[in-house]
Amino acid sequence: MALKGKDILSLREMSAEDMETILSTARSLKEILSRPIKKVPTLRGKVVCTLFYEASTRTRTSFELAAKYMSADTVSIAPSGSSVQKGETLADTARNLEVMGVDVVIMRHSVSGSCHFLAKVLDCPVVNAGDGMHEHPTQGLLDIFTILEYKSKIRGLKVAILGDVFHSRVARSNIWGLTKMGAEVAVAGPSTLLPPSIENLGVKAFNRVEDAIEGADVVYSLRLQLERQTKSLFPSKREYHDMFGLTKRRLALAKEDALIMHPGPMNRGVEISTDVADSPRSVILDQVTSGVAVRMAILYLILGGRE
Amino acid sequence: MSGDLFIRNGRVIDPLSGRDEIAGVLVRDGKIAAVGCGIDGGAAPVIDATGKVVMPGLIDLHVHLREPGFEEKEDIESGTAAAAMGGFTAVACMPNTEPPVDNDAMVTSLLKRAREVGRVRVYPIGAVTKRRAGKELAEMGEMKAAGAVAFSDDGSPVATSEVLRCALEYLKSFGATLIDHPEELSLSEGGQINRGLVSTIAGFRGIPAEAETIAVFRDIAIARLTRGRLHLTHLSTKESLDLVRQAKSLGLEITCDVTPHHLTLTEDAVLETAYDTNTKVNPPLRSKADVEALKNALADGTVDAIATDHAPHHVDDKWVEFDYAENGISGLETSVSLILDKLVRPGVISYLRMAELMSLNPAKILGVEGGTLRERAPADITIIDPDFEHSVNPRQFLSKGKNTPFEGWRLTGAAWATIVGGEVRMKDRKLTS
Repeated sequence: MALKGKDILSLREMSAEDMETILSTARSLKEILSRPIKKVPTLRGKVVCTLFYEASTRTRTSFELAAKYMSADTVSIAPSGSSVQKGETLADTARNLEVMGVDVVIMRHSVSGSCHFLAKVLDCPVVNAGDGMHEHPTQGLLDIFTILEYKSKIRGLKVAILGDVFHSRVARSNIWGLTKMGAEVAVAGPSTLLPPSIENLGVKAFNRVEDAIEGADVVYSLRLQLERQTKSLFPSKREYHDMFGLTKRRLALAKEDALIMHPGPMNRGVEISTDVADSPRSVILDQVTSGVAVRMAILYLILGGRE
Repeated sequence: MSGDLFIRNGRVIDPLSGRDEIAGVLVRDGKIAAVGCGIDGGAAPVIDATGKVVMPGLIDLHVHLREPGFEEKEDIESGTAAAAMGGFTAVACMPNTEPPVDNDAMVTSLLKRAREVGRVRVYPIGAVTKRRAGKELAEMGEMKAAGAVAFSDDGSPVATSEVLRCALEYLKSFGATLIDHPEELSLSEGGQINRGLVSTIAGFRGIPAEAETIAVFRDIAIARLTRGRLHLTHLSTKESLDLVRQAKSLGLEITCDVTPHHLTLTEDAVLETAYDTNTKVNPPLRSKADVEALKNALADGTVDAIATDHAPHHVDDKWVEFDYAENGISGLETSVSLILDKLVRPGVISYLRMAELMSLNPAKILGVEGGTLRERAPADITIIDPDFEHSVNPRQFLSKGKNTPFEGWRLTGAAWATIVGGEVRMKDRKLTS
């Protein structure tokens, strides 16, 4: 049941079979999270390192808990308080960690392609926890896992991904993953936030979010990445919410049992209104739970699941 | 006697006369003495060029030798060694050194270093503006008198239309060419690779073709206004070449070059190499349609020259995350092989056109000697082995810059000998001491 290749870098490069393997492994491991004593010895003696060059609450905690629930030891490196601030290169930092015996490096970085670079630097496996505007493959997998829990299939589902697609690694991973598994994906947002030739990835693209939401089984709101807005891509948060935000009125166009998703952290009242985010159809917190299960599966398959 | 040679039985190519025939080339006192069949070499040392192609020495009008200031990337000694190995008898070096070449003393000192350690001719290009800052004109007249052959703020475009206008007007007094790097910085800022599907997949802010086209349009407009001599370097888009074609048809004195890498690679290389920073270059690798347009423009005469934009970098500048990597490709030692394998062998261009693009026209654009094998021309000669099969190995580069996206490419054809002023600087793929 081993995965192809040593690393988890992108869903573009991951086969549908490997995605299925991870998802089914996550399904059986998820049960551990509801035990009174959340600990199995599977990865005892393994060391999982998170190397996060960008801020993170969910992803980092999720990976660390996933490792701890399986008895791996964890170390986490962040730019502040490390040699990174003294100008050490990524390659040097990572190789130093590797020779101390780290078994897998999970990295988040603001530059696209950095995990591919790290995979060339290191012999040990690398897991992409989000690189620039490129991909966030474990997020894509946990989103698919969450959808499967409610809809029990992906093929044929209509998924609307709304908002800042341009800067979103979450959108890219979801597009690759969902289309590989047979979903019909539509993206929508202002033209300035839709990347060029996005239709070539096998999705429909709209400027009116209503067009994407119409009849959707899943409505996925993306975080407006305010920290990456270096140019005037939209005039104001107010106008953004008015024209492109996920509101109750717009949501009414989706199927009645449509799921509402968001990768977090949310800008409430900007890309998603609070009543939608907190509505009974919101599975935003389920996504977070799924994240732990999916990451347990990935660590298990990378570190323990090999012959 | 030194400077005497007889090159026998090679296929002699001279774009000035249109000669393409098996012939001998006799060199006396560092100059071409005779070319033809049935020439008697007398006592001159013989080079047997049977099966080889003999061309006027190749001239690269756009290289970065990095000296002074960035000697960890390249210096005049290593850069000219790389040039000799790559089949170039002369290189024109860009002024974006530290300090930049923006005064006559810098030009003089570069030429002195080149005489001391250079393996091939070095033609300094002076900065257009002081410190390349785009504000005040540099002392281009003094630099020209000291030996600068052309002027450029390369690395950056000439900053404003007014500075470009003044520079082109002023240079008319000296008959020198201004070489511009066309880039509209407000469009390219923050971009890492060409804008399009690949930048969308790879997750980069893209550099649109229009960042170049707009600058080319501006430059042509100012050239029309001033009737100055403008050379546009490393053009990479279809639209740029359409604009140059149109400008030439209006009779403007505009020339342009393209690089070997923009002729042979597309933006796809970024993903195919899993973000190898050796594919990061400015202007970026473009689309398949652009590459085809460049090739057509080579064949139809729109492109005047092939230049490497040899941009050597230290491994520390490239073995980093993509955004943090420097732009550029070390090109001197792969140029001839790429052109032979990817353009001459498939019949996109002939040997005559290759010699025109890489020797005759660069000499004309820079206003320097060379570019021909006619009698009394300097005996700058490149001999090519069209059958030499090899695989590109940057560890064997003589350039300090090992940064190439062509590592491992199997190529047929290479420079076999480089002769400068009748002196053999490289023969049989080895430098002569």
